[in-house]
Amino acid sequence: MAQKWDSPQMVRGTSAHWSRFIIYGLLLFFAAIYMLPLVVMLLTSVKPLPEIYSGSIIALPHEWTLKPWIDAWGETCVGLSCHGIKGYFWNSTKMTVAAVIISTAIGMLNGYVLTKWRFKGADLLFGLILFGCFIPFQIVLIPMATLLGKLGIASSTPGLVLVHVIYGLAFTTLYFRNYYVAFPDELIRAAMIDGAKFFSIFFRILVPNSAPIVVVTVIWQFTNIWNDFLFGASFSTGESAPMTVALNNVVNTSTGEREYNVHMAAAVIAALPTLLVYIVGGRYFVRGLMTGSVKG
Amino acid sequence: MESSISSAPAAWSAASRWLQRSLPKLVLSPTLIASLIFVYGFILWTTYLSFTPSKGYPIHELVGFLQYVRVWNHPRWQVAIHNLAVFGILYVVLCMVLGLLLAILLDQRIRQEGALRAIYLYPLALSFIVTGTAWKWMLNPGLGIEKLVQGWGFQNFKFDWIVSEEMAIYCVVMAGVWQATGFVMAMFLAGLRGIDQDLVKAASLDGASLPRIYWRIIIPQLRPVFMGALIILGHLAIKSYELVVALTGGGPGYATELPSTFMYTHTFTRNQLGMGAASAVMMLLTIVAIMVPYLYSEMRGARKRSH
Repeated sequence: MAQKWDSPQMVRGTSAHWSRFIIYGLLLFFAAIYMLPLVVMLLTSVKPLPEIYSGSIIALPHEWTLKPWIDAWGETCVGLSCHGIKGYFWNSTKMTVAAVIISTAIGMLNGYVLTKWRFKGADLLFGLILFGCFIPFQIVLIPMATLLGKLGIASSTPGLVLVHVIYGLAFTTLYFRNYYVAFPDELIRAAMIDGAKFFSIFFRILVPNSAPIVVVTVIWQFTNIWNDFLFGASFSTGESAPMTVALNNVVNTSTGEREYNVHMAAAVIAALPTLLVYIVGGRYFVRGLMTGSVKG
Repeated sequence: MESSISSAPAAWSAASRWLQRSLPKLVLSPTLIASLIFVYGFILWTTYLSFTPSKGYPIHELVGFLQYVRVWNHPRWQVAIHNLAVFGILYVVLCMVLGLLLAILLDQRIRQEGALRAIYLYPLALSFIVTGTAWKWMLNPGLGIEKLVQGWGFQNFKFDWIVSEEMAIYCVVMAGVWQATGFVMAMFLAGLRGIDQDLVKAASLDGASLPRIYWRIIIPQLRPVFMGALIILGHLAIKSYELVVALTGGGPGYATELPSTFMYTHTFTRNQLGMGAASAVMMLLTIVAIMVPYLYSEMRGARKRSH
């Protein structure tokens, strides 16, 4: 799909005041609805519990407090252990960083091979790999659980990294392949005539020109891996769980009085890394979605 | 280069040449092997299990379609299929209608378009678990939106869908639509920006009204976007899992069960590997039924374009 984000807006436009009014009204109305959950989460996370029970979800706090955030980070109970979510945040960080780097690097090489060193059957192999983008992961859960158990890396961060790398490769390969297809072959051929070999062409010519697609891929992989729950819930237990699994445990297993403010603080903390990535790299985020959307 | 190493043993240089030639294939092979084992091999493995009487652990014995029969006769699966139909249809239709509406509105030379777009899109950056947690709190009957509206003076206002067996699935629809509409909007917006402006200009010179231009000229040109959005949303609907887990936990009772939650519970908490595998196979087949025709037509289109 053509990237037309910066193109001039539609030439036409209506001059009638009332229709502009309706358009802006609708847009702002939807914007308010879209912001509501985030605003409610943030407001709830800085209110003391009695205020939550007495006031409405969108009321500003009378007494601002950061205690829910401190509790969520270091005190709240996740299952049976009550040390907050910080350990799980750290699990997710390690897992995501490692899996993103590895899957992006391999995808980059794959894209290079599939476009600049094409051999007979390369398209077929690409199609074969691409199929991995579409499968519902339920279909691999049982064998993967068995295999991770046999390898002795069930319930560990390395195990989850392996899983995320394996099932991320189809996406990263797709991204780089589609980007490198448009990269001029002449440059590669010229380098070959100069005697450059496979890896020197890759590192000297392709890599320095890959910044935009690397950003897109890293954002896509980061968001997907950080936000994953299914693999985390299936292949981790207790202390080794990633952030999303811990958040779900905090919210759904708390006994006694439900500390909604702590739940919301935990949810915001779980959302912060990907929100930050979105705010910083929004343009690339959308581009990744669109490239990825051709595949689903 | 090649001639300068003529002094080295011939075997060595042959090996080096072979390496150079095979390097691309060698580089691609780990991914290919991973794909063959972890995608295709695992699909076969799960399919095999679905024909066995496996419970807590694999039992290597074939029982034909027994597990499929058991799954289809299971009341939870019937609820799951019904929910998938309700959720899937509403999710796809609402996301497309709202997404197209927002895209058209945004395409009217709006000030602060970038900021508005960013607001509609940010839910996509969130985990379904975060979305589920936030909406669960807002839909809380005693403390959430219900209380808010009652506070505005509508004392009799009731909004307890999330604890109602009949209505809970619509809560999942709401949260799901909230999260995905921005994405569909972005797709439509890109489509709108790619439309041939000459046709639009010509029609408006002919005196066609703006709604008419949209209905007759612009929307029909967005056909490929509709197709793409349909495929992606349908695909997402079938895979939906996390949102239900975080929002309703499949409840109340099992009123919001989906095939994905059925698969998970039977595999990991009820020790029914065979049934879990059979339900996973049916999920895969549903997705394949959607994706294969689409991919086929896409690839044919791509081949035509490249020739």
